Amino acid sequence: MPEIPAAGELFGFLKLNARAIAPQLHLIVWGLGLLCIDFILPGRGTRVLGFRGKSLSVLFALVGLLAASLQLWRLWGTGNGEAFYKMVTQDAFSEVFGLLFLVSAILAVALSYRHLDVEDAQHSEYYAILLFATSGMMFMAGAIDLVTIFVGLELMSVSTYILVGFLRRQRRSNEASMKYFLMGAFSTAIILYGMSLLYGISGSTNLNVIAQEAAKREDNTLLILALFLMLAGLCFKIAAVPFHMWAPDAYEGAPTGITAFMSVAVKGAAFAVFLRIFYVTFHDFHDLYMGVLAVIAMATMTWGNVAAVTQQNVKRLLAYSSISHAGFVLMGLVVGTQQGVSASVVYLFAYTFMNLGVWAIVILLRRRDVIGESIEDFNGLYFKHPGLAILNLIFFLSLAGIPPLAGFIAKYAVFAAVIESAMAAGQAHGQLLIWLAVVAALNAVVSLFYYLRIVVAMFIERESLPVPLSFSVGVWFVLLVTGFFTIAMGIYPDPFFNLARIASLPLVF
Amino acid sequence: MGFFMTNILTIVCFFPLVGVLIIMLWPKGKEHETEVKWIANIVAFAGFLVSIPLITHFNRPEYIDASGMRFVFKAPWIESLGVQYYFGIDGISLLLILLTTLLGSISILSSWNAITTRVREYYCYFLILQTGMLGVFMALDFFLFYVFWEVMLVPMYFIIGIWGGPRKLYAAIKFFLYTLLGSVLLLLGILALYFHQYAVKGVWSFDVLAFQELGIPPDLQYWIFLAMFVGFAIKVPLFPFHTWLPDAHVEAPTAGSVILAGVLLKMGTYGFVRFSLPILPDATMEFLPWMMAISVIGIIYGALVAMMQKDIKKLVAYSSVSHLGFCMLGVFIVTPVALEGGILQMINHGISTGALFLIVGIIYERRHTRMISDYSGLSHVMPVYAVVFLIMTLSSIGMPTLNGFIGEFMVLQGVFADPDYKLWAVFGATGIVLGAAYMLWLYQRVMFGPIKQEENRKLPDLTPRELATFVPLIILAFWIGLYPSPFLSYLHEPVNQIVEKVRPGEFQPRSMQARIGDR
Repeated sequence: MPEIPAAGELFGFLKLNARAIAPQLHLIVWGLGLLCIDFILPGRGTRVLGFRGKSLSVLFALVGLLAASLQLWRLWGTGNGEAFYKMVTQDAFSEVFGLLFLVSAILAVALSYRHLDVEDAQHSEYYAILLFATSGMMFMAGAIDLVTIFVGLELMSVSTYILVGFLRRQRRSNEASMKYFLMGAFSTAIILYGMSLLYGISGSTNLNVIAQEAAKREDNTLLILALFLMLAGLCFKIAAVPFHMWAPDAYEGAPTGITAFMSVAVKGAAFAVFLRIFYVTFHDFHDLYMGVLAVIAMATMTWGNVAAVTQQNVKRLLAYSSISHAGFVLMGLVVGTQQGVSASVVYLFAYTFMNLGVWAIVILLRRRDVIGESIEDFNGLYFKHPGLAILNLIFFLSLAGIPPLAGFIAKYAVFAAVIESAMAAGQAHGQLLIWLAVVAALNAVVSLFYYLRIVVAMFIERESLPVPLSFSVGVWFVLLVTGFFTIAMGIYPDPFFNLARIASLPLVF
Repeated sequence: MGFFMTNILTIVCFFPLVGVLIIMLWPKGKEHETEVKWIANIVAFAGFLVSIPLITHFNRPEYIDASGMRFVFKAPWIESLGVQYYFGIDGISLLLILLTTLLGSISILSSWNAITTRVREYYCYFLILQTGMLGVFMALDFFLFYVFWEVMLVPMYFIIGIWGGPRKLYAAIKFFLYTLLGSVLLLLGILALYFHQYAVKGVWSFDVLAFQELGIPPDLQYWIFLAMFVGFAIKVPLFPFHTWLPDAHVEAPTAGSVILAGVLLKMGTYGFVRFSLPILPDATMEFLPWMMAISVIGIIYGALVAMMQKDIKKLVAYSSVSHLGFCMLGVFIVTPVALEGGILQMINHGISTGALFLIVGIIYERRHTRMISDYSGLSHVMPVYAVVFLIMTLSSIGMPTLNGFIGEFMVLQGVFADPDYKLWAVFGATGIVLGAAYMLWLYQRVMFGPIKQEENRKLPDLTPRELATFVPLIILAFWIGLYPSPFLSYLHEPVNQIVEKVRPGEFQPRSMQARIGDR
């Protein structure tokens, strides 16, 4: 047992350790503050200093996120390492993922502001819970202990359950939340089961210690059972086939801002844990799980795509497309090399930009009296808003992996990781990996098919609804940022490759 | 001049984008459409003029790289992957680039009256397409090549999908998906090369010329060859992968068909010549019989199907399958004469089939039908048109004194030069006979006989603008047919290099003095 510091030393201990989790702390404090000031914020109609109450709460949330980002920036590259008796760590991996989460959270807040008005929902709680979820994700990325992983996971999941059901008056939102909650709780339980087995085997909850203890054992039956339990649970979280059924419903019912957030950040956090556990703890068993993971990856990308082809509802279509993209990210896990981690990280960044961009346009289509979720709602977008349609075209081409856009760089990264290890690996694995690459390549073609359906609606179909789109500063901001990075990352991806390489270093020994 | 000449490839490649920029900034509205047309035409023609110095300065020693490439421009692009912005051309690319800039301006000119809706966009897409195609022929970095290769799909998709015929959406998406399918597999092949090079030399690079020096083990070559084969064969298109072509051609607007047949298909054959052959010589020799068989099947199958068509445009489309089979026959036998003939045949096909699509477009614009049965005796009312049509028909079937003859003759002669494959030349030759049959039959049905349809009595003959689109093509057809040496002289050097890589020491190099008859 680690020594508990005496009361007098407590302050020094906290001061030393809290540095490593400063961004998370900021998020929680600002989130709590947001909940508190919600009581004193002016109600409808009245203004403080010329601001409406909801404007103040969104500003507060953004300031909180920026404060957390500032903390992250101050910590960047310092590599303070483990803190709180090896419960969390602050390394390049957690920093890079933290950046991903903060960026997505800021963009999600910007997306949601007008959308919440359209949906007649409250503001302050929404942002506060979003901040809590983000801090949970950052804990997940920094966790090197099963307990911290679990706490972070729950903090994120519970917040997300609430956010999915945030539109209380809408039946579909409630239903989505309920489904998501039940499935999520179920998968958390599976993960927990795996964790308890690991603890039973090794007598520790620290990921490194478990790996060391596991290496000493001769009989690994229980450990393998734990491995597959964790694998199944995490596959639930990232919505990999065959554990994906909750995703389309949850994505469809949730407020669109949250759907966007879930598809990039929540998924990214699950991947962070996935990567950390499978690279640190289970790396010796790579040969064992690789085949299973490869099959899951192939099934995920294929099924996601095939199901997306027939969708009429854009939110569901994007949900299935998101499932398919998770399959591509999994390719980085399958190969089990440093390039694999980098590829997954590059993919997640690219996906964040292009996907949030598409969601921003879906949000624009949701107007007070228009649901705006079917493909027909995109009809003739080009004739009314050519710039918007071209931007959307860029996002879709990027999602399909057409160069020179971010999505191509992402696909390039995962293909490269797979081909590289296929050429290095032995005969059996090499063939499996080549098949994985080929299946992934074919999937890129299928995905283009359904993205083009929306492109056709935008550029070729005529009729369009006369109701104006719900533009707002926030959505413009998101479109600007995501559009810029979708193009910039495609033309000059070096910074992102470097970022991903740095992130992969702590995971590979 | 110094700056211009050192960056000439970049300038030629991105010049059309200047037009896109101007058109986008030009005031909007119906009344400005004529101005937009003028801008597009001027930019496209200027793009052709800008590419002329490539010929005049081609053999100046200061522009020749150690590798034999001309006008090389190299700059780092994505340093962490070793990707370079690396342009350079040899004789093969030179001819294709000039074909692209010429056909580009011709097809833009031919669209003047054909495109009435969404005019601005149309010209924007066309000019973007032009840049994409030029980049493909200039890139010597495989990554850069791939970027251009893919980029060019998007504008073509829109050109077919927006301004196409009744089944345009189906045709456009089929075109896009088919080609993308090939390209992603091509990408996997490129990656395998890339990592193999790193394993052998420890260098991260996509340099195409460096790949040629690798000496890849044969079994790896086979896999890479197959991956690349799918990519290029779909584009060419070779026999089992050709089904997107008739759809795309029939539905595309006239200018789209011209560019599609004239340039886009050449990207596939160019890919084989530039990448598959020199980088993967062992695999090329291993698969040679198969490639010959596929090419010959394409020649005969394409011709037979063309013969049965009721739609003129579809007929010309299937004739492309047949002609491209000829190109591939010449390319894959890898004897110097045949390879040169195959490359020349690419240019010839661009000229004659491009012109044939223009010819179809002209009567389609007047009558809005492409059925052979809707026309007869047009030579009575459209004499100039009849002459142009006849020249291009004869060019397409390989009449001596016209360009097609030289290409086909060289291909067949080159195939004959390889004793193991003599017989294939015979099969190939049947394609010429069939080609003569379907083209002449088409000409006879459309142009001769009495005028049966009343609507055809008043058809106006070619306007000066329409004639202007044909003049350069006719000149080229006669020029290549009567005196091909200037064109062939650009090909000797690269062809010798490629043949030397694939079949070292088997053939005498072709020199400037060599005549067609030399082996």
